[in-house]
This record gives sequence, C-alpha cells and structure tokens, in this order.
Amino acid sequence: MLLLECPYCGAKCEETELSPGGEAHIKRYGPGSSDQDFEAYLFMRENPKGVHFERWRHVYGCGKWFHAARCTQSLEVFGTYAAQTFEPPQEIKDKISAKRPGWSWRDFS
Amino acid sequence: MSMRLKTGGRLVNRASQVEFNFNGKRLFGHEGDMLASALLANDQMLVGRSFKYHRPRGIVASGAEEPNALMNMGEGAKFEPNQRATTTELFEGLSVGSQNHWPSLEYDIGAVNGLFARFLSAGFYYKMFIHPRPFWKHIYEPFIRQSAGLGKAPTEKDADTYEHLYAFYDVVVIGGGIAGLQAARTAAASGASVLVMEQTAHWGGRAVVDGGEIGGQSTEDFVNDSLEKLATMDNVTLKTRMMGAGVYDHGYVLGYERVSDHAPKTTGPRHRLWRIRAGQIITATGAIERPLSFAGNDIPGVMLASAVRDYVVNWGVAVGDRTIVVTNNDDAYRTAITLKQAGLDVPVILDARANGAGSLGDTAREMGIRVEYGKAIAKVKGGKRVTGVAICAQAGSGGVLEEIACDAVAMSGGWSPVVHLYSHCGGKLNWDDQAVMFRPDLNRRPTDQNGEGFVTPAGSANGELALSAVLADATARAKEAVKALGHKAPSTRIPEASEAGENAVEPVWLMPQGAGDKLRMKTWLDFQNDVKVSDVQLAAREGYESVEHTKRYTTLGMATDQGKLSNINGLATLADALNADIPNVGTTTFRPPYTPISMGAIAGAARDEVFQPLRQTPMQGWHDENGADYEPVGHWRRAYCYRRGSETRAQAVEREILQTRKSLGLLDASTLGKLVVKGPDAGKFLDMMYTNMMSNLAVGKCRYGLMCSENGFLMDDGVVARIDEDTWLCHTTTGGADRIHAHMEEWLQTEWWDWKVYVANMTEQFAQVAVVGPNARKVLEKLGGMDVSKEALGFMQWADGTLGGFKARVYRISFSGELSYEIAVPANEGRAFWDALLEAGAEFDVMPYGTEALHVMRAEKGFIMIGDETDGTVIPQDLNMQWAISKKKEDFLGKRAQERSHMVSPDRWKLVGLETLDGSVLPDGSYAVAPGNNANGQRNTQGRVTSTYYSPTLGRGIAMGLVHNGPDRMGEVIEFNKVDGSLVKAKIVDQVFYDAEGAKQNV
Repeated sequence: MLLLECPYCGAKCEETELSPGGEAHIKRYGPGSSDQDFEAYLFMRENPKGVHFERWRHVYGCGKWFHAARCTQSLEVFGTYAAQTFEPPQEIKDKISAKRPGWSWRDFS
Repeated sequence: MSMRLKTGGRLVNRASQVEFNFNGKRLFGHEGDMLASALLANDQMLVGRSFKYHRPRGIVASGAEEPNALMNMGEGAKFEPNQRATTTELFEGLSVGSQNHWPSLEYDIGAVNGLFARFLSAGFYYKMFIHPRPFWKHIYEPFIRQSAGLGKAPTEKDADTYEHLYAFYDVVVIGGGIAGLQAARTAAASGASVLVMEQTAHWGGRAVVDGGEIGGQSTEDFVNDSLEKLATMDNVTLKTRMMGAGVYDHGYVLGYERVSDHAPKTTGPRHRLWRIRAGQIITATGAIERPLSFAGNDIPGVMLASAVRDYVVNWGVAVGDRTIVVTNNDDAYRTAITLKQAGLDVPVILDARANGAGSLGDTAREMGIRVEYGKAIAKVKGGKRVTGVAICAQAGSGGVLEEIACDAVAMSGGWSPVVHLYSHCGGKLNWDDQAVMFRPDLNRRPTDQNGEGFVTPAGSANGELALSAVLADATARAKEAVKALGHKAPSTRIPEASEAGENAVEPVWLMPQGAGDKLRMKTWLDFQNDVKVSDVQLAAREGYESVEHTKRYTTLGMATDQGKLSNINGLATLADALNADIPNVGTTTFRPPYTPISMGAIAGAARDEVFQPLRQTPMQGWHDENGADYEPVGHWRRAYCYRRGSETRAQAVEREILQTRKSLGLLDASTLGKLVVKGPDAGKFLDMMYTNMMSNLAVGKCRYGLMCSENGFLMDDGVVARIDEDTWLCHTTTGGADRIHAHMEEWLQTEWWDWKVYVANMTEQFAQVAVVGPNARKVLEKLGGMDVSKEALGFMQWADGTLGGFKARVYRISFSGELSYEIAVPANEGRAFWDALLEAGAEFDVMPYGTEALHVMRAEKGFIMIGDETDGTVIPQDLNMQWAISKKKEDFLGKRAQERSHMVSPDRWKLVGLETLDGSVLPDGSYAVAPGNNANGQRNTQGRVTSTYYSPTLGRGIAMGLVHNGPDRMGEVIEFNKVDGSLVKAKIVDQVFYDAEGAKQNV
C-alpha cells in the first residue's frame, strides 16, 4: 500500500486511490516503424530491482496521470512529477544520484 | 488428569460459573477462562484428531501458536470452523465441537491411517495418486476431497456485522507485554500519538506469569502502573483484543479487533478491521516457545512448558498431577518451580545440557525436585494420554535408563522471537548461534517511502529474553522510533529489573541426538499436519534442498498455525539432514495475516447491496413494475426480457422480437456510453482513436466507428455523431463507457498532451430510448414537434427538436434492421418520455423489449457485438470490416499492429454466418472440427461459434462464427461439436440473415 503524492492536486494518495499504468517514458512507434522498434514499444519492459520510473493515474481523485520515480527494492519514493514530459526532472535525477550513486535506467542516469 | 486447583488463577473469577457445551457435553468454567483452560479444568485433554493419521490430539500451547485445539464453534448463521480454544474466551452458552474425526472423538476410524504411517510418508499423495491416470478423477480425488479439510464449512449466511475503521498514528506499538508498554511510555513521553494493541484481553504478556521484579515492584504492579500512566495521556490509545494482523508498504498496518467474540450477545460489530497508517511501528510481539523433538511428543499431555505454567498461574488449572519437565534451557525450570509451589508433583527435570541450569536449577533442587543433566526422553508412553516417559542419555541413541510414570510432560526447546510482523514488509533476520534463534537485523529493517526503517522490533521480539534486557531494548528502540519521526527523544529512565541468572540455551533438534529410524518416525514436528522428523529427512534424501520446496512437499508449517510452533525445528532438522548451517537453509516467507482473520472482517460493510452499488437508468422503476428479468451488464442491471404471466424467458423474447419487427418496439438504451469530445483538435484526436475517419464527418451526420487497442485488437464500437464544428458525441458499449473514457484521457494526457481536446462522460446526463419498428415514425409523428420524415431526417442523421413537448435529440440509427430512432432526452425527463411513448404507442401494440431481443435482432442482421464476435484476439479484418478502416489516414491506434505478419496472414479465421442443416441452435462457443489430431492428441479445429440464437423471425437457429478461409467457402457444410460429444452439421452462409438489402431500415 504505497503512498504517492499527486503532483497536480497535491494529495498524498494511498495506493487504492490510484491506478497503475506500467513503465513511464515509453516512446510510441507507429506506422512505418520497424518490427523490432514496434515490438519493443509494445512489449519490452524494464523490471529492475532498484530505481524505476512508473506511470500512475489519480483515478479516484483529480483523474490526472503522473509519473513516480521509486526504488522497487526498498520502496523508497524519490519523487513524483507531471506526465507531460519526455524525461524525469533534473531535480529528481539529482535526488536519485544522491541516494543511488551511479544509477541508470534505460537512457537516463 | 487435568483439573482446576483449589487456589490460584489470576484471571479467573471463581465466584462466577459459566456453562458451555463441548461435543454435546455440558461443562462449567469461570468468568475469565479461555476455552482451553475451561476444557482442561474439566479433564478434557483430548480435543481433536490430526489431519493425516487421525492421531489423538491434546492442547499443546496457551496462545496463537496452538496447532491442535481447533473447534467448530456456534450454530447456524453463527457457525465458524477452526476456532482456537487457546484464543477463544469463554462465555455463557458457548458451544463447540471438535474437528476431523468420525464417528466420534474418542473412537475414530480414520486413525487406521496411523497403522499405515510408514506408507504415508512425505510426498505420499504425489507418489501414490499419479498412476493409473484415470483413477485420479474417479477414485482418488473424490476420496481425498471427502477426507480433506478440518472444520466444516458454514451453511448459512453470516448473521454478524463487521466494519472497517481508518486511523492514523505516529507510533503503533503491537503487543501489550512489558516491552510494548515500556516502548509506549517512552514514545508517548515525546508527544507522539501512540496506539498500543494487545491481541489478548489482558496486558502484561509473559512477564506477569514469569515473575521477577522491576524497580522494586512485582511485574504485575509494573504493568498496572504503566497502564495507569498511559491511560491519563491524551496522545495514547490503548486497545485490547486487537491483533496486529499485517504490516505493509509505507507504514500501513492492519489491526484485527475482536470486538464482541467474548460477549456475542452485545450489539454492534463482531470484528473491526483497523486500516492504520503509522509513522513508525514497534513490534513488541514477544517470543514463542519451541517444542522438543522426541518420540511420542504428540501424545495428549505433552505440552509446552510455558503453557503448563500459564494454565496454573493465569487460570488455576493443573495439566496433570505428575509433570515431567524436559528442556534445553533455564526457562522451563520456572514451570517446575511453579508446579511444585502449587502442590503438584514434578518427578524429574530432564535437562539435555551437560552443564544444566543456573540459579533456577539451584532453586528447583532446594525445593526437592530431582534434576538430571545430559538426559533426554527416549519416548513418551501412552495413547490418548501420557502415562509415563522412558529416559535416556541425550548423547546416545535412546537406550532406556529408567521409566517414570507421569500424566503430563512440559517441554521447552528454547524460544523463537515472533518476527512475523517485522518480516511482512521485508525485514531481514540473522541466525544467532548463542541464543539459538533467528532475530531481526536492525540494519536491514523494512524501509518506507524515505528509504528509512519503519518497523522496529522491541524486547523478546528482538531476541532479548531477560527482563532487564527487554526493558532496556524497548526503551532504546522507542527512542529511535520517535527520533526518526523528528521528535526529541525523551529522557526516559530504564527501570532496573532483577532476575535469575541463566545459563545459555543449547541447540537440541533431536532427542536423543542419535535417535534411530523407529524413534524418528514417532517424533513430530508439525502436530496438525502429521509431519515428522523422518518426513523432513526423507525429503532431504529425495533431493529437496530449498526450504520452500520442502515445506510444500512435506506440508511442514502448512497447517493453520502456519509453522508458529515448530517451523524452526523443521528448518533445523532439514539443515542437519543437508549437512548445512541453519542460516543457509533460511526461513520460509512470513506472510500476513499473523493468525487467520475472519472473512467478515475483510469484507467489512461491503456486502449485499453495499458490496457493489448498481447503476440505474431513469426508467428502472418501470422495468421493476413490468416483469423485467435482469441480467448484469457492467455495473448496470438491464432487462433481459419482460416476462408476462407464466411465460418462459424464451417465450418472452420471441414475443418481443416478433412484435417489434411487425409493429413497434421500445428499448431502454440509456446505458450506452455517451462521451462528448470537444475542442479544436477533437477531429484529429478521434481519427487516432477510431479506425475510420471521423474528422470528415459532416455536422448533423452519424457514423459507425470501430476502436482498436494499440495492439490492433478490437476494443469497442459505436455510433459517432458530429454535433458542431468542434464537437463530437461518441456512443460506446454499455460496459465500455468508463473504460473508453479513461482510454481517451490516457492518450490525451500522456501522448498528445499538446492537443486541444476535452472529453466529458455524459452517459448519465441523458435517458435514451430506441423506438424501433415499421410504426416507429408514426408514433413519433403522433407525439409531434419535429420533422422525422425520411427527407428531413435520413438514415444516419441526427437532429435536435422536441417530441411531445420533450426536448429531444433524435438519432436515426438502427441496430435491429428496422426503421429506428434513438432518442436522447434529459435524464430527469426519461421516465416521463418513456411513459409518453408507451401511451402514444398503445394503438400500435408497442412492445418494450430487453437485451436478448436486441441481441437476436442484431444477429439476424449480421451486426457484430463487442464481447461476442470479439474476445481481445480479434481484429476488424477478421470480421470483414475493412470498410470501417480508413486507408487515407497515416496513423490510428492499432494501425501499425495490424500490419504485423500474423495479422495479415490468410490463415486467420474470418467471420461468416452459419446455418444448421437441421435448423437447431448451435451450442455457444462450439468448435468446428477438422480432420486429424494436433500434437496434444486433441481434435484439430477450423473455426468457432461466436454468436448463436434461435431466430423467431426465421423460425430456426442462426449463428455467426469465425472459420478458416470462411468467406471463400460459402455453401460448404462443416461440423461443430456438441457438449455430449456428437457433431452437428452447419452450412457456411452470409452473415446477414434478414433483409440483406436494407429495405426495412431505409424507409
């Protein structure tokens, strides 16, 4: 029963107020893309023991999608941020670097 | 025999008498008794039978770790199985029965299993029941099902009520022993809000039984003093009869409060489930004594030493007249001393350690108790009750030195900290060789959202068994907890305690250490599931190395006590058999709840109408009054049909269809999803959502659209209407409205967030009625107010206006093949509009129809239904719906996926109509068989039925199905299987069975 703060309405949400949306920062591949890119887009997901970026929707609240950066092992939450972005805010990346020096996740580090 | 002593029993009120019933016998106890103590006071040591061998089982423990004393309790709507006698408080009129025996507890036929024990070893079921294969279904499984299960299942609906409660505290202390109380005092002094929960009805835990002094006070006075101080503090909540059931992520705790189990006649809920968020959790959950592994340790009368002591001190009950104490640690000496003080006989203390005990040993000897060092029990004698023990040297293989008569054995194999709650959320343990126990590693505690530890074990739960160490540990841990919350740690003084100096415990996992096969086969680890030392050793020999596998193979620790009593003994036995260290074997996973909690408490108030609120259309009242036979559709209940008089469902459906096709029908279509999509980019957005083009739809027109997932598969369909330049109204399926709304929001928020589009779900703002049939136009013209002629409102157009004075939006669309109007009016006018249509339609014998008539009529027309023709693996191309897939659009959700090789394969099954040669109705889901068998020896298939109905219009069965190369095989006859194994022939035909040219709807 995670606690995540919705970056839109500021509510400290209990997991039951939220709906999970899998991995964050997935790039969409549409018509014209290669089979490999399309397969990766639809099916290939990270399953790290450690730093991870996820999508959540504040479904029983303001209804907004947001992203959470957290550690799947310690359950530590590094921060939540708006979904309208292609990469995590620098401030959150700095926070992760302070706690998990040398971390990397896909193209981010 | 076991009995009530003349004096003693700090918890019982001897002035009161409480009557209860055990297996039909009237028995008496006192106020303050537990069911277990009352049974023992009545010399009822035999309380059940074991699971596999039906061995006689007696009470072993005095708390939650009890594996044997499980009862069927109560009657009728108050019946509940598997109630532990050791955690059930006695009340007037309590009625229980023992479990797992036939015909009676004393004479049980299943006990014959015990004679075959050597054939019923670990993995017996896996080995025995695999051959011959057909025997499983018809012989083995029915037999096992009949003999499996301990308690009976209730037959009536639970008459009690339950509730959930949400709470928030800085510090939650689980356990109300001296560690818990000391931790609570320390934490509360910092100003933090504190909840203390104790699973029993009494505070103080073991310390009040074990004695000792704290700050010059007795332990009991210290407990009372602490409670008094805590009770005066506003920031402290004290709860008894409340168990910490589970610890979850980020400080979430479940508290299970048994509000009125002890007083079932009181009003209010029986159980309350507390859903708590805690800043810090202190688990002061104590420790549980381990049994010793010697032959015959399961015979009734063999009990944990601490339990024997509890029954004397707390309830004034002696387990036997002559009790032999056997131990590997000093604590059990307290039992011998207590028994002697109560005037009972202790023939001998058998201490497996060569060096024996510390000062408690001296005390025992001074009291005249014989103490033997380095000695062990070779075997216990007796059947349904202990009659004596044979003594041997612990170092040997069981050569009997002496036999002593006794009627009880008090055993102690050392103590295991209760680390369950600490471990639920990932707290790690270390094996302590000195203390012979797994204890929490404070550097690897469960972590919270800040990455900091949030569960702290304190006292015995942290491996500290001595009084002074418990108090020091509890104080220190509580200070750390409040500091972690940002409070200043209070300067709480650690009270000084005096206690007996103890010698170290020694590991004794088998008694005697060289016990042979014969003894090990009589040496129990899991008392309820009949797992013996020999079974675990066999599992190790057969290659089971993982403790999790061994657990499942032998069923060790899988009984209702979940290994609380003896899992550590099992692990140690496995480690020994594998020649490995205990920490390398590790523990099985500790999972919540700590002890079973009632299903009622989990459900809380969410039952009956409250379990899932039903959605109702504005016309629901009319349906209720007119014979509606409902079926669930999403969160709605829709009328399947309206039955009149003694009609069957089928007769009602037939009447509704025939009258609609002949004259006029009405359908409550309010449940259809209505999503308004608006904004400058709405057209562009809908072009991505639908496979067809929606941006070029003219204002005033409607278009049927298909929606696919990004994976290419059909997910929804419906008619889209262009309302104005930047507004579209999208109809979805009844069950799809919320899902499709969420789907649109997801893409808008997370992919195309710069597009200017709003989506609003208007489903419940409008009541919608389908007016269907050759007389549909006439009835609307009769209501009057707007032009609904073919010229003014053509097929697939919509118009706003009034009808009979109602503000209406009229869509000329048809899902039945008839002349049809779907009319939306404001929801609050829905019922009045429905009534007006019924009145105006009376002259046409208007016929309200339900969902089944809707389904049959659409199938007659060959229209697909999401969920029938689609199942998450079907793409529009499978349904020959290329016409609904835009070739002009560069992109839409699902386009790329539908280009994949498997999606364009000519071998995909495609939609066709099916007509049985004999006119019968094909079974739903039936498969079209093909020649030959597949790799698994199953018949090959070449298609399946997706929709199948009796068509009243055509007077025979009609069906649609997906068939290999179907559209190219028109007229071919293929065979479908039936449930009885026979085959039925059907001809492949066009999927449109009725009015293929559309003459009826286009008038």
